[in-house]
Amino acid sequence: MAVAFDEMNGPGGDLRPAYRELSRWLKETPPDALEYRRQEAELLFRRIGITFAVYGDAEAQERLIPFDVIPRIMSAKEWAVLEKGLKQRVRALNMFLRDIYHGRDILRANIIPDDLIFQNPVFRPEMNGQSVPHDVYVHIAGIDIVRVDADNFIVLEDNARTPSGVSYMLENREIMMRLFPDLFARHRVAPVERYPDELLSALRSVAPLSASAEPTVALMTPGVYNSAYYEHSFLADKLGIELVEGRDLIVKNDEVFMRTTEGLKRVDVIYRRVDDDFLDPLTFRPDSALGVPGLMSAYAAGNITLANAVGTGIADDKAIYSYMPEIVKFYLGEEPILKNVPTWRCREPKDLAYVLDNLSELVVKEVHGSGGYGMLIGPAATKATIEAFRDKLKREPEGFIAQPTLALSTCPTCTASGLAPRHVDLRPFVLTGSNHVTIVPGGLTRVALKEGSLVVNSSQGGGTKDTWILDE
Amino acid sequence: MLSRTAENLYWLARYVERAEYIARTIDATLRVTALPAAYIGKTNEWESALLTAGVSASFYEAYAEATEQNVVEYLAFSPSNPSSIKNCIEAARLNSRSVRTALTSEMWDTINSAWIELQEVWGKGTSSREELARFLRFVQETSLRFDGSAYRTMLRNDAYWFSRLGLHLERADNTARILDVKYHVLLPEEEHVGGPLDYYQWTSILRSVSALTAYHWVYRETLKPWLIADLLILNDTLPRSLASCYSNLVRNLDQIGVAYGRQGAAQRHARGVRNRLEHSHMDDIFQHGVHEFIQEFIADNSRLGEIITRQYLI
Repeated sequence: MAVAFDEMNGPGGDLRPAYRELSRWLKETPPDALEYRRQEAELLFRRIGITFAVYGDAEAQERLIPFDVIPRIMSAKEWAVLEKGLKQRVRALNMFLRDIYHGRDILRANIIPDDLIFQNPVFRPEMNGQSVPHDVYVHIAGIDIVRVDADNFIVLEDNARTPSGVSYMLENREIMMRLFPDLFARHRVAPVERYPDELLSALRSVAPLSASAEPTVALMTPGVYNSAYYEHSFLADKLGIELVEGRDLIVKNDEVFMRTTEGLKRVDVIYRRVDDDFLDPLTFRPDSALGVPGLMSAYAAGNITLANAVGTGIADDKAIYSYMPEIVKFYLGEEPILKNVPTWRCREPKDLAYVLDNLSELVVKEVHGSGGYGMLIGPAATKATIEAFRDKLKREPEGFIAQPTLALSTCPTCTASGLAPRHVDLRPFVLTGSNHVTIVPGGLTRVALKEGSLVVNSSQGGGTKDTWILDE
Repeated sequence: MLSRTAENLYWLARYVERAEYIARTIDATLRVTALPAAYIGKTNEWESALLTAGVSASFYEAYAEATEQNVVEYLAFSPSNPSSIKNCIEAARLNSRSVRTALTSEMWDTINSAWIELQEVWGKGTSSREELARFLRFVQETSLRFDGSAYRTMLRNDAYWFSRLGLHLERADNTARILDVKYHVLLPEEEHVGGPLDYYQWTSILRSVSALTAYHWVYRETLKPWLIADLLILNDTLPRSLASCYSNLVRNLDQIGVAYGRQGAAQRHARGVRNRLEHSHMDDIFQHGVHEFIQEFIADNSRLGEIITRQYLI
């Protein structure tokens, strides 16, 4: 594995321009002042209650995601490329989803094998031929990006179902502004605070035709025990919309209503943070207590917009991911601006053979896994783990993909022994409304706090940083 | 607003109020039991603390004897007592989490900080009277902060009114319970009237509703049982009196009725109870029977809770 690119110090230790001011500031600031601010930040996070739940972790039902006070900085020029690439990618994702549930041109053109769609558990036959308002499927996309050198950003994953983390992007900024006003004064950091406004206007713009001129938008959560519950209540609050659970909603004559103290009130758009499987016990899992019976028939009748649409999981499937460059070309006739990680599809015998021969150098992921669970990181794994994975791969090759271990870029991070480089990734949030795609400048930077670790997931001990895009 | 949100706000206020009330009960009991035996006789004040908290039956399922240690543990910290202070604060925090969008940040901060302190400082309970006193003060201060931040920071809309309904309904219930347990010491024909035992019992009643000083301002007399009863039942100027709670309940329900352009059974029922309080005199109540009067009141009060739930919360 190559030496990682450090975003502050660059190759060969040349301080990169975007970090010039920060570097100067770090030299002036005594380490214990940083440590003091770090503790202060942690206290703020706890008091505000910015927590997430870890499943199966009864000891710590609510945990804080560690927050690193050193910002990650990008120049306007770097961001401009990213922004263009992200918009392009999300446009293609939406066209792909529309196509998969309607004409299926891409299958007829033999670009993607049929069985990858039709035998995929996240494909929703219920959505075949169903139109969704304004043809938008992925209203909110969280695209995971890693950086490998000065010029290359690579997409690691497209989260097209219910991507989370945007509350951390917003709260990290709030807390940084509170703790380091002087540091902000020395930079021109593009603001992220208009995200909730952008989100609300995107959601309003996709209201169904039967909605009134002032459509009612609600955010649907599985409830207080969900791992991202804090984010759900935070967003509902910022958007000024009701935070509803399934039991607050009722379907009558194919319209969706909320139970309020003044009786039933119609809902037009639901930003749902509940998975497809749990949305409607009449259509999906009958044992779901989180859903709303009849929601899918209101959806079919065109009386409610669900954001994201039902069935978008097919677009963030890791097997489909490897086709994204072709998908972008097919629908937009453009070269993809953002690269994919080279990916071996274990379902293809040639690829499988290569993967089996090179397991100790590859990252192997479950096609349908998420959150860093069930993956093999070859270079860091023991022989026994590798052999166990080899058996799994042989038994069920179509369940896995493999990628080279990337040298994720690093950023300076506070550690027990002072500032040290740690690997980071970036999740920007891309919004799609009826006729526009927008991104606020920045995103959530996740950082692997353990030395050398590439795992940035919060459920696996990763932390977060504020992400600064400098205005020219 | 969502019915569930209103319900959570209503219960949130009830839990906070209840936690404070339990803390006051323990506090008042501690004071009485600290007196020399000559003043308080052989009565077990801890038993009566359990009665006023309404948890006597469930207590004796878990404990054999109402000692100070057992009762304090049960009332303040026991996870198996749904009304223990600890459970009240935990339930309040869970409710707050479900309705964060309806709370102001000051209210959330109060509850969340209290919950954090509860875990970190009071996780093992208390091991001395001094610690216990600090804990009780912490609970009362939490309630004051919560109430104060609601009063100062909430918009005056249905969210506010529903939380006030919870507060006043719970407060009325608490005051009524104290009276119900202690009514015998308020009866003029009881033996030992005016003895030291009665005197400290009366003081403890007034303390548990934070009305000892108020009594002197209102009546400018030594403690007299019928005046204490008058203060707690009929005096509209005392915030914890039944009359005051009902003035507030009627007002909050009217505010909701006006905002929604519609009145219902809850408004009618609350007005009925308030009118009865307004037109009662202490003499009649004593004649009719304090115990009976209070029993009826407790039933009426919990009926109002049911009606509010049916009308707005489900």
